[in-house]
Amino acid sequence: MKAPAEAKAPVNAPAKAPTVDPTKDWTKAPAKAPIRDRFRVSRLRGLRARLIVAFGLVAVLTAVTTGTLTFREARTGILQQSQDAVIKQLRGQVNRLAPGLAYPPTESDLQRFAADIAATEQPRPWRVLVVYRGVSATSIPGDRSEELTPAVREAVRSQRDTVFQRVRDGDSASLVVGMPVTFEPSAGGTIRASGVQVFLTVSQGNETAVIDALVTAVERATIPALGLAVLLALLAARGVLRPVRALRHATRSIAEGRLDTRLAVDGSDELADLSRTFNDTAAALETSVAELREMEARARRFAADVSHELRTPLAAMSAVTDVLDEDAARLDPDTATAVRLISEETVKLARLVDDLMEISRFDAGAAVVHLDEIDLAESIRRTLASRAWSEQVETRLPEPGALRGSVDPRRLDVVVANLVGNALRHGARPVELRLYGQWTGQETRAVIEVWDSGPGIPDNVLPHVFERFYKSDTARTRTEGSGLGLAITAENVHVHGGTIRAANHAGGGAVFTVELPLRLHDDRPTGGPL
Amino acid sequence: MPRVLLIEDDRAVREGVGLALRRQGHEVEAAETGEDGLARLRSFRPDVVVLDLMLPGMTGLEVCRGIRAVDQTMPIIMATARGDDVDIVIGLETGADDYVVKPVQARVLEARIRAVLRRAAGGGTTAPAAEGIPKIETHGDLSIDRAGLSVSRQGVPVALAPSELRLLLTLSASPNQVFSRQQLLETVWEHSYHADARLVDACVKRLRSKMGEPAGRPRYVQTVRGFGYRFAAQ
Repeated sequence: MKAPAEAKAPVNAPAKAPTVDPTKDWTKAPAKAPIRDRFRVSRLRGLRARLIVAFGLVAVLTAVTTGTLTFREARTGILQQSQDAVIKQLRGQVNRLAPGLAYPPTESDLQRFAADIAATEQPRPWRVLVVYRGVSATSIPGDRSEELTPAVREAVRSQRDTVFQRVRDGDSASLVVGMPVTFEPSAGGTIRASGVQVFLTVSQGNETAVIDALVTAVERATIPALGLAVLLALLAARGVLRPVRALRHATRSIAEGRLDTRLAVDGSDELADLSRTFNDTAAALETSVAELREMEARARRFAADVSHELRTPLAAMSAVTDVLDEDAARLDPDTATAVRLISEETVKLARLVDDLMEISRFDAGAAVVHLDEIDLAESIRRTLASRAWSEQVETRLPEPGALRGSVDPRRLDVVVANLVGNALRHGARPVELRLYGQWTGQETRAVIEVWDSGPGIPDNVLPHVFERFYKSDTARTRTEGSGLGLAITAENVHVHGGTIRAANHAGGGAVFTVELPLRLHDDRPTGGPL
Repeated sequence: MPRVLLIEDDRAVREGVGLALRRQGHEVEAAETGEDGLARLRSFRPDVVVLDLMLPGMTGLEVCRGIRAVDQTMPIIMATARGDDVDIVIGLETGADDYVVKPVQARVLEARIRAVLRRAAGGGTTAPAAEGIPKIETHGDLSIDRAGLSVSRQGVPVALAPSELRLLLTLSASPNQVFSRQQLLETVWEHSYHADARLVDACVKRLRSKMGEPAGRPRYVQTVRGFGYRFAAQ
């Protein structure tokens, strides 16, 4: 009798405990807490973070792939070698001892046979089970051979071939080898099974330990590789980010109006090209803006100069309009009409020049606001009274002293006079003026509304009512006034930090709404009778 | 007949304004330059000076200083272009009583001249002195003669321009009462409510300076922040 010449491939039988691939044994990192800060989110999505992640992933992937391949090769090699050695040794033992086995063997024969097979010089003890037609004997008394699966028994019985299986139970791994004992084949005859089957269980603890050490080595190698990758990523990111950051600062600087911002260009890579392009663009922008500013300044200066030059002849003419008015009655009718015309138009021209000068000052940023804390209702009452409008305008004003604010009284007078004058001229009566305080959540604002009962402002005109010299083809064409009244009104509101808007109300007329911050002093006087 | 010295470099303006003022019953003498104007101050002895700020050579501000150097009480009205804000402030602090913005209509200038002359005459500020009320008031070391229109401190006379005098008379007539700038513009300058409050501020500054008030801690004319001014009773 002898053992089969070749060992068959391991059976596809489920082991008692499935082996776990150590390379896949990595727990997922816990999900990061949500980051509320937008800045940090953008940083995490930034170039630096992306480079670090990319480098890290490459490093980990390389380490893991190399590790896995190495591990698999090493594992196969180690286990193969060890199992080949075991099988070869077992076959030798069986071949040496089988001829001495009585046939058919008794239980005690089998017992001795098993013990003899197990009695070899081995680094790890062999546990041998010998089976013959339902009778079994073990080398170690009472051994239940738990690692031995029915599949191995069946394979040995049916295939009459050597089979093996690696069994892993928790930390311990074992190799189970099954080998049928056959009769010596007669010349040209078939191999006949003797019915005696030998099963060997041997621990593979050492081999597992070696493999585990390999896995640990791979894991340990991954961490420095990852660190190195992050370091490299940081270096690469710095090289890229420094010019990018410089570009960002420069762009912001340009956006803030410092058009002379330029970048220092070194190197000849794509980023250096970009920096050069940036510099060229900035230079072109600076030139264009300078030209535009120069042109605008010239245009404004011209308007201011013209107004200024007109003022001296107008000063002389204005001085004598009263003389003309007084004497016109004594002149013949045609001359009187001409003289009155000159007088009236001189007054209008003087007002136009005055308005032009005012606009020029707003344009030049030279409009000075002289704030004074006043009673707003009183100021508005005075504006209406001084123009004899008190009877023509219905007012809804707060009580005296109820609404005080820091404003430029002259400019407030201009605002109210222009709005009311506009309503009386272009709208229809009744004209109503409302004044009230409104808390915006941060400050109290004075709201002035001027309502008229006219036809309202056409929708296509509405966006342009505050433009200079804007003329529409409708009934609201300015016949009196300089054509600058509402533009000056808006400018006067804006220098106070206020807002002005025009709209049509449900009743059909126009409503102009002015909101002014009150900017009150905190320190009210406390002492002294008022 | 009020005598007006007009210092104006532009011939047309000079003639136009001169013509209009003469028709209002003023005696007008016109000077083309600041130097000429200062020279005529002595010979012509005007009641009021109308001074253009934009003069070639000696500027209006220098002329104003020149007049104040020899006459603290001469009423001066500056004629200026609006927008020359810095000049207005300096002019007022130099001692001008009032200003008009060119181009100005004759009747507006005339009204200003009349107002400043009324101030110089002390008219309208005080109720007619009733019997038994002393004409000379004393507030601490300050004495105010409402009838004689003179002020002295520690016995030393203080020479005040018409606006300064009337401002002091108005404030001291109701000690401790707070006057808003707008009130003072109407009462002292006979301007509108919405006129330039810097007239008041500049005048207060001049008044304090002439009265020898310590800087920052005035004893008599006090600022009530956000409201105006008051005369502190001693």
